[in-house]
Amino acid sequence: MPETATLPTVDDALALGLTRDEYELVCDKQGRPPNQVELAMYSLLWSEHCAYKHSRKLLRTLPTDGPHVVMGPGENAGAVDVGGGLVCAFKVESHNHPSAVEPFQGAATGVGGILRDIFAIGARPIAVLDSLRFGEPSGARARYLLDGAVSGIAHYGNSIGVPTVGGEVYFEAPYEQNCLVNAMALGLATRERLVRSAATGPGNLIVLFGASTGRDGIGGASVLASAELGGDGEQDRRPTVQVGDPFEEKKLLECSLELLDRRLLVSLQDLGAAGLTSSASEMASKGEVGIDLDVARVPLREPGMEPFEIMVSESQERMLCVVEPQNVEEVMGVCEKWEVGGAAIGTVTDSGRMRVLRDGELVGDMPVRALVDECPLYDLRPEKPAEALYRPGLATVAPDASAGEALLALLSCANLASRRPLFERYDSIVQSRTVRRPQEADAAVLALPDGSALAVSIDCNGRRVAADPYRGTIAAVLECAANLACVGAEPLGTTNNLNFGNPEKPHIAWQLSESVRGLGEACRALDAPIVGGNVSLYNEGATGPIYPTPVIGMVGRMPDARDCAQLGFARAGDEIALVGPFTPSLAASELSKLRGEPLPDGLPEIDLAAAAAAHAVVRDAVRDGELSSAHDIAEGGLAVALAECCVAGGLGATVELAQGDAPGEADAVATALFGEGSGGFVVSGAPEALSGLSAFVSLRRLGTVGGERLAIEVVDGARRTALELTLVDLSAAYSEGLAEFFA
Amino acid sequence: MKFGVLQFPGSCDEVDAVEAARNVGDAELIWHRDRDLRGAEAIIVPGGFSYGDYLRAGAIARFSPAMESVIAFARDGGLVLGICNGFQVLCEAHLLPGALLPNVNLRFTSRQVELDVVRGDTAFTRACAAGQRLSIPAKHSWGRYYADEATRRAMDESGQVVLRYAPGHNFNGSVDDIAAVRNDAGNVFGLMPHPEHAVDELIGGSADGLSIFESMRLAVEGTHA
Amino acid sequence: MRARVLIRPKAGILDPQGVAVERALPALGFAGASNVHVGRLVELDVDDAAQLRPMCEKLLANPLVEDYEVQLLDDGG
Repeated sequence: MPETATLPTVDDALALGLTRDEYELVCDKQGRPPNQVELAMYSLLWSEHCAYKHSRKLLRTLPTDGPHVVMGPGENAGAVDVGGGLVCAFKVESHNHPSAVEPFQGAATGVGGILRDIFAIGARPIAVLDSLRFGEPSGARARYLLDGAVSGIAHYGNSIGVPTVGGEVYFEAPYEQNCLVNAMALGLATRERLVRSAATGPGNLIVLFGASTGRDGIGGASVLASAELGGDGEQDRRPTVQVGDPFEEKKLLECSLELLDRRLLVSLQDLGAAGLTSSASEMASKGEVGIDLDVARVPLREPGMEPFEIMVSESQERMLCVVEPQNVEEVMGVCEKWEVGGAAIGTVTDSGRMRVLRDGELVGDMPVRALVDECPLYDLRPEKPAEALYRPGLATVAPDASAGEALLALLSCANLASRRPLFERYDSIVQSRTVRRPQEADAAVLALPDGSALAVSIDCNGRRVAADPYRGTIAAVLECAANLACVGAEPLGTTNNLNFGNPEKPHIAWQLSESVRGLGEACRALDAPIVGGNVSLYNEGATGPIYPTPVIGMVGRMPDARDCAQLGFARAGDEIALVGPFTPSLAASELSKLRGEPLPDGLPEIDLAAAAAAHAVVRDAVRDGELSSAHDIAEGGLAVALAECCVAGGLGATVELAQGDAPGEADAVATALFGEGSGGFVVSGAPEALSGLSAFVSLRRLGTVGGERLAIEVVDGARRTALELTLVDLSAAYSEGLAEFFA
Repeated sequence: MKFGVLQFPGSCDEVDAVEAARNVGDAELIWHRDRDLRGAEAIIVPGGFSYGDYLRAGAIARFSPAMESVIAFARDGGLVLGICNGFQVLCEAHLLPGALLPNVNLRFTSRQVELDVVRGDTAFTRACAAGQRLSIPAKHSWGRYYADEATRRAMDESGQVVLRYAPGHNFNGSVDDIAAVRNDAGNVFGLMPHPEHAVDELIGGSADGLSIFESMRLAVEGTHA
Repeated sequence: MRARVLIRPKAGILDPQGVAVERALPALGFAGASNVHVGRLVELDVDDAAQLRPMCEKLLANPLVEDYEVQLLDDGG
């Protein structure tokens, strides 16, 4: 029976985030009130972050099976078969709250965490992408967070030798207090090297390796310390910010992969949120075994740490593995080679219990099943909000602005301007796989050893999801898949990070459930099952919730890396066409934001099947080499897409939009030029090649590539509206939009 | 022709260097704790963050067992190429003159840069012509080359400046646009841009970096002849 | 013995970090700050103070581009 002299109270449990009922249930599972160590561990494993108690039921509705899926949700990362005996592991994860406190370390450790998820299943990380959200960049806080987060991602990714090949960033007022920092990583492994995290084999040893353990990230759990440490000052000194060390992680990565190559590990798991508590308990739960851990054997960075502190510490760059006793010496040898600390800290048992000891003395004893699998799950009470949740911003473009003025304003606005000032801070080419660097194509393209290639994209326009959680989420999935189609790749699998506000509020519950419904439908329609993901809830500031932001990451494959297309126009004289079921609308568009208009209630209907069919046609045309360029229409609509093709290719274009693109609407010209929607692509190629395409997909000829300017004429009945801008002006607007925030 | 590529625990571009060198010869990794250079006829000190580089880029790596062998190898006239972090290590080891300082923009910057070949008659550029322009990616935060005026004068006199950044491409603020230097004896060469990332049109955007490796092959096989 | 080594860019060498700080101060309302330089601080316990100088020459500083200054502190100071 563990020591129970200083039993925490129900108030401690409440302070740790458990509800009164949950505390009662813990007492019930334990058959007595939990002691300090046990309460700390329950409070973490029964938190939203670990237990997904508000989202798990919804997540069960998502498609997770498919012909390419090798590892689905539940492991450290998902994995898909990419041919040639290789699998691609990938996952996206959030580090929103730490980044809002300290953006540099928050973002850096976010990258470190997602990389560990990848090599925890035996894959070598080959790429990072990031998805960032901040308040409007005119605000000093948004700029501070942006600069810190980008510096942190650069610091960690560049130092560890994993290229950052893509990503996205949006600036919207609802993220002002609560920024989003989501990082996605991909890895490659041979099928044989993949390893799972289930602890098995009673008598096997638990080895902790990597950095030593300090008081990093103990945060909330420190309420437990006051009783024994007896001084208020003590608590203040506990850091809540975890500090990342990419050099340590680089050694940990190489060490882990060498241990797996030598077949020395039974299972492997990284230490992330909730540290040893969640890693050890989850390994035990998956293997349906027990684990005894002795905290006295954990290498510490500071003296005098209490058992519960060691169990909940979030010190970075640590891994936990299960090793057969006869292999421990060799495991330690590999750790020594890579100058990584290692210690056997426990044993696999057949007790089904998670037991924590200090120098042999029992200080915590819990049923694994209760800890990991029996946290109560909650039903959401979704209710569509009666009134608008988000206020419109200030208008920066007048409703009667000319088409040319509007185009320049869009190209230079923070959400659309060139991301080069960010991408330049990342190493995008290390490991020699990067076929398309950031902004050269709609998706990043990474060559594989057999001559084929992976394509990857990460996307979500939260404003559109806020206007219509169901259709907005479908649009985000389609956007990702369209990006893959533009380089010639077909989707293999999807990962997602659901960033939402407080799910206990009915309107957030409604956003979440509608969004997950759209996510499931879109992934089914595209045959892009979800192989892993993450949920980040309670993202709210004093002014309200963030935009609902289901960030979608998608990985695809193409047979021949040499076939991938670029987004920029490539050849004067090529014909330009609009391909796909594109129905532009200004609802929730970027132009409507710049005009200061409120969000609409709902987005136009999306024809998923028609969009998926258009993706297939574009993909095949790219693979067959029939297109010189391919670019999907996204924020800013057709005119912005055309301008981006011109700027990226250094070639002008002459385009005529016939009436019928947006017939009869009051804002018909603006809608035709800047309206947004899913399913549209701007492609260029030889006239014969485009004629061939029109047999399979709706195709409208728009004009011709060439010259030094972009000229667009919109014919609306008898009225003709012309827009004509030089490449120099377009490039200047596009390249200067974000640059000023990095000066 | 066999290249040896040093591998420190924090190396990042060592495998890229091995693959690049294999375009012109044989290549293998040499672990930082090994003193045996395993018969390598030319050494590459690759990019990355050798030992974390928290104190100063390359400051600790120069004292590694492998580097001690490389220093002896260089003193005996062996060819040594330092790329990015490798250039920093070679400067710290005083195999090359000068030092690398933080970029003027204080940021890690990744950009395709153009380099003008100042001399096409060195062991590292003999496959290029003087005046030729090479397109090679650069990516670093600690790449501002500096040498004091007296040192630069001496370098100019003995032709030690081998590549210069083309106008508009010196983003790190290197003195006199110096991009690559060699030692007085001509067998040690360092540069911040990454020739090993420009050996394949498909992924490098150019294959101009190959000429550096090809030059080394010519130089080594020339000595054999 | 406790020692402190201050390392700073050699006079005359461009110090972009110093320039950046010098530029930021007035923007935050601190007028009249000039000649700003940013360096590094190394604190260590040593048995033999005579080793400090060679340590600096060999590892802690790069004498080509950095100046250093050794300060000996009282034990526990």
